[in-house]
Amino acid sequence: MFAPAPYLLKDVSVSQVMTQVCIALVPGIVAYAWLIGPAILVQLAIASAAALLAESLMLKLRGKPQAMFLSDGSAVVTAWLIALTFPPLAPWWLVALGTVFAIVVAKHLYGGLGQNPFNPAMVAFAVCIVSFPALMSQWPSVGLQMPLVEQLNVILGLAPRVDALSGATPLDALKTALKLGDSGVDVAQLLANQDIFGNFAGRGWEWVAAGYLLGGLWLWQRKLITWHVPVAFIGALVLISGALWLYKPAQFASPLFHLFSGGAMIGAFFIATDPVSGCTTPRGKLIFGAGAGLLAYIIRVFGGYPDGVAFAVLLMNLCAPLIDLLTQPPIFGMKDKA
Amino acid sequence: MLMNLFKFKGGVKPPTNKTQSVTLPIAQAPLPSRLVVPLHQSIGGTPRPVVAAGDKVLKGQLIGEADGWISAAVHAPTSGTVVEVAMHVQPHPSGLDALCVVIEPDGRDEWIPREAVDYKALTPEEVRERLQQAGVVGLGGAVFPTHGKLTASKTVPMEELIINGAECEPFITCDDLLMRERAEEVVRGIGIFRDLLQPKKVLIGIEDNKPEAAAAMRAAVDALQEPFLVVPVPTLYPAGGAKQLIRVLTGKEVPAAKRSTDLGVQCFNVATAYTAWRAIAHGEPVVSRLVTVTGNVHAPRNYEVLIGTPMDELLKLATPHPDTDGIIMGGPMMGFLVPDPHVPVVKATNCLIAHDDRLFPPKPPEMPCIRCGACAQACPHELQPFEMYWFARAKNFGKTQEYHIFDCIECGCCSFVCPSRIPLVQYFRFAKSEIWAREREKNAADGAKARFEFKQLREEREKAEKAEKLARAAAAQAAKKAAEAAAAAAAGGDAAETAAAAPEVAPAAVDAAKEAKKATIEAAMARAKAQREAAQPKNVEALSGAQQKEIDEIEARRQVAHLTDADAASPAGEKTE
Repeated sequence: MFAPAPYLLKDVSVSQVMTQVCIALVPGIVAYAWLIGPAILVQLAIASAAALLAESLMLKLRGKPQAMFLSDGSAVVTAWLIALTFPPLAPWWLVALGTVFAIVVAKHLYGGLGQNPFNPAMVAFAVCIVSFPALMSQWPSVGLQMPLVEQLNVILGLAPRVDALSGATPLDALKTALKLGDSGVDVAQLLANQDIFGNFAGRGWEWVAAGYLLGGLWLWQRKLITWHVPVAFIGALVLISGALWLYKPAQFASPLFHLFSGGAMIGAFFIATDPVSGCTTPRGKLIFGAGAGLLAYIIRVFGGYPDGVAFAVLLMNLCAPLIDLLTQPPIFGMKDKA
Repeated sequence: MLMNLFKFKGGVKPPTNKTQSVTLPIAQAPLPSRLVVPLHQSIGGTPRPVVAAGDKVLKGQLIGEADGWISAAVHAPTSGTVVEVAMHVQPHPSGLDALCVVIEPDGRDEWIPREAVDYKALTPEEVRERLQQAGVVGLGGAVFPTHGKLTASKTVPMEELIINGAECEPFITCDDLLMRERAEEVVRGIGIFRDLLQPKKVLIGIEDNKPEAAAAMRAAVDALQEPFLVVPVPTLYPAGGAKQLIRVLTGKEVPAAKRSTDLGVQCFNVATAYTAWRAIAHGEPVVSRLVTVTGNVHAPRNYEVLIGTPMDELLKLATPHPDTDGIIMGGPMMGFLVPDPHVPVVKATNCLIAHDDRLFPPKPPEMPCIRCGACAQACPHELQPFEMYWFARAKNFGKTQEYHIFDCIECGCCSFVCPSRIPLVQYFRFAKSEIWAREREKNAADGAKARFEFKQLREEREKAEKAEKLARAAAAQAAKKAAEAAAAAAAGGDAAETAAAAPEVAPAAVDAAKEAKKATIEAAMARAKAQREAAQPKNVEALSGAQQKEIDEIEARRQVAHLTDADAASPAGEKTE
């Protein structure tokens, strides 16, 4: 009988970690389903099924044990992040395609669990927004005022995709205001007058973001993530948006607005904190988070896409190995040798 | 009494499982049927056996002599007869054999004459010598010869002497019980260390889950009026690692590349202090130690056990449950399953844990690393275990060293917290031993190269010396000849001619030297040729008359055909051209 020490192990596993990430997403999902529409639940189911199928197929092709890896929960986390970052009424095949691409290409072709250099969910988002820009831009401006059956019909393609499905998102509205320049409308007026805006960000969406914040804080409290990435992400976003807002409040929205709009919160707590594709050293995490926050702001405000979190995270994924290499912390007993 | 404590990063809190074995006092384990005493029980040189089969030995009699300064003597644990000095399987994960002295006890347990001395009358060198002769080694588990740690750095003043009573590994309670029951002798032993090292402070660190031990030690310190400080430290594995305890008590971090004395600190285990006192003040060498017997047993307890007692015999005293399927020596974090239940208790054996699947469930299958960084947060040496794992797996050992693999103390915290259940420490042990093996190979190759180069150098030097010698001899000869010629010329009476001839003497001498050298070479070649010929088979000796006749006839024919050696040589030469 040979087994090496330690003989005691902490009661932790990859599937426990992944399950807790899913639990942490629940407050945001509840707010989403309640305020925007229960269609998100359908999307979560479609993405989960597609992810598990793709995972199973790839495990079979790679000759890996099915039960061990299907139950690790990593595919479900990827699926949920895809469903939550895609438009709620995106056609089912778009969500399924994105998920399959994430699992097959972004995850398994790079070596499977733990080996992917890029966040699979964000790869799916980037691929779909480049390939299907129109469909990926159809965001309902306020809650979906239609019964669930009708939402389902739209997702499944049984009902026509009417224009009412997509209005200008709060971020789009601001982008337009910025383009119009000084002659255009004032941001403060815009926020006060248009019904797409709620108390401090997009109506309804602000509470979804608040739900992600709550779940993220729970993850931190459970020590599944460290404070570095979310704090750096939010800090960088607040700094740059605050600076521009103070400089020209008529054209730039407040930091509070940016924090609770688009994918900022889910990005800060659930996407940029992905350990596989992110940085691992404390200083590296700070650089990674700050870079992602900064790039997300620049792309969402000055770029051509509705939001910038996905590309920001992917760009930082690209830098992560180098950042890690350059930010190795000093070890025990070698701290004065800087 | 309030003291500012420091923290070390990382660490884990496994369930301690210590309460089971502290309910009963220390018991004396009975004499086993036979004792197998390994000679190599400490870091450093393997002691040489000084007994042979059939010898009668007394308890405490020297059986293995220390080999070199970093080595400690080994003694007979009881009186009896040496059955054999032979190879036996060791309490080591490798399951390899090593030389052991096997003793059959005579049951009398009769001591050698024990000499009690007042160490204060001895010089420090004598105290160190006595400790070495008594086989006193670090009983915390590292078994480094204690006398080797009792010399202060010449350049750095000794500031703190740390006494380690932390005992952070789960299940183990032998130091706890030792401090509870024998605190006075521990404190007296610390006094010896203090007098040898002359530190400014003596700090006794005890994890705060052992209040009874701390109280007993405090009482002993007060009773002996020593200025030692008993400091409870937070219970956090591995607070009992020497470097961690030094950090907690002094704030100093000892890197792998340095000795703690370079930072003015030294650290000893409480049990080591106890054995040092017994050795000096009672003349008793280390022939027994306290061992916690616990785990899947009916009656967990601490025993005073003779070194060499077979582990299965010791385990029986605590009545193991029938589903016990192995014995762990040491704690569950850094210990190992012994390769054979009969292996002996040695000086490093602080605990035996009866293993079963209920206490220690089989490990779930290893998953891929998800880089979650839990290992890096748990590492008390602030390493990046997942990076080292990555490179060890890829056999990129150079990179593992860049990530400081040799600073890893193999405490097991990383493996303990890993959600992918990767046996990280195993990977690091693998990488370390591969690196050591490669270094050994390289050293061997370098040594061979150096030897070869030296040989070449020596041969060239000898050749040059020989040539020089010959040249000198020839020159002397030539000079002599020249002198004779000059003398002859002078006898001729023409002084002017002599003066003109004189400058020619030197070149003549050189020529003569060249000639002499040439002659020597030719002589050498002739000798070599002669030797070669001598070595060649000669089938023309001892011929019968008929054979000789035949050869003569052949020679005659060859002469007629102009095929004799002398004639044949040149045409053959032409042909080949």
